[in-house]
Amino acid sequence: MKFTLLINEGPYQHQASDTAYQFAKAALEKGHEIYRVFFYNDGVNNATRLAIPPQDDRNITENWATLAKEHELDMVVCIAAAQRRGMLDADEAGRQGKDADNIHPAFRISGLGQLVEGGIQADRLLTFGD
Amino acid sequence: MSEGIKKFMFVNTKAPYGTVYALESLEVVLISAAFDQSVSLVFCDDGIFQIANNQNTEASGMKNFSPAYKALGDYDINKIYVETESLEERGLTLDNIMALTYEDEDDDWAEKSSIIPITRAELADLMDEQDVVISS
Repeated sequence: MKFTLLINEGPYQHQASDTAYQFAKAALEKGHEIYRVFFYNDGVNNATRLAIPPQDDRNITENWATLAKEHELDMVVCIAAAQRRGMLDADEAGRQGKDADNIHPAFRISGLGQLVEGGIQADRLLTFGD
Repeated sequence: MSEGIKKFMFVNTKAPYGTVYALESLEVVLISAAFDQSVSLVFCDDGIFQIANNQNTEASGMKNFSPAYKALGDYDINKIYVETESLEERGLTLDNIMALTYEDEDDDWAEKSSIIPITRAELADLMDEQDVVISS
């Protein structure tokens, strides 16, 4: 089955991203396809490359990045939600005249249309959040 | 599942200003209109406050985005379900809900209400018919 995952909550504050990650891993192991992982609301914060979690804890962003590399996952951060929260990639920082960027290269920034298209293309869209 | 067009339902369950969910849900709804899918909205639980009449956010310093719901009709989004039990539980009636309308192209562009009262039980059945349900 082909899944699109929607993650609406930030890392560590909420289990949504962890649950989605475990689901994605298990689904891929069973031979299912993850069409896209879309990060929205505070979920965009999962894409920060600057987080420094304690060494004995999981690194949520790196977990996603590793899984994405292994399975060529398309991980998309909503641009509108990201801009509101100060999440920028290098291109966007340049365009907006900001002096820093913080989005991990495993993620890409794009519009909400990618979420709707993910819902159209996948057999199931699963939401992780409240 | 029918080829091409899917049924998208956006379920709004939270009050409009305490969290960002209402505003960011509306942003997805407006984008979805560009994809020529079948789109409906549901307002239930505290979500019905999102389309309450006469919202005034001046004292809170928040942006009052409620006028944007009035544009939904222009985006061909005209199935807006309001759960009746949620209204009753909060001492509200349909008179407290914004008059959201659309122009019916199959009826000489007559202006019609987009608001459809629905019971909790009916809503469960309607959800069952959807291809994609996004709630917040």
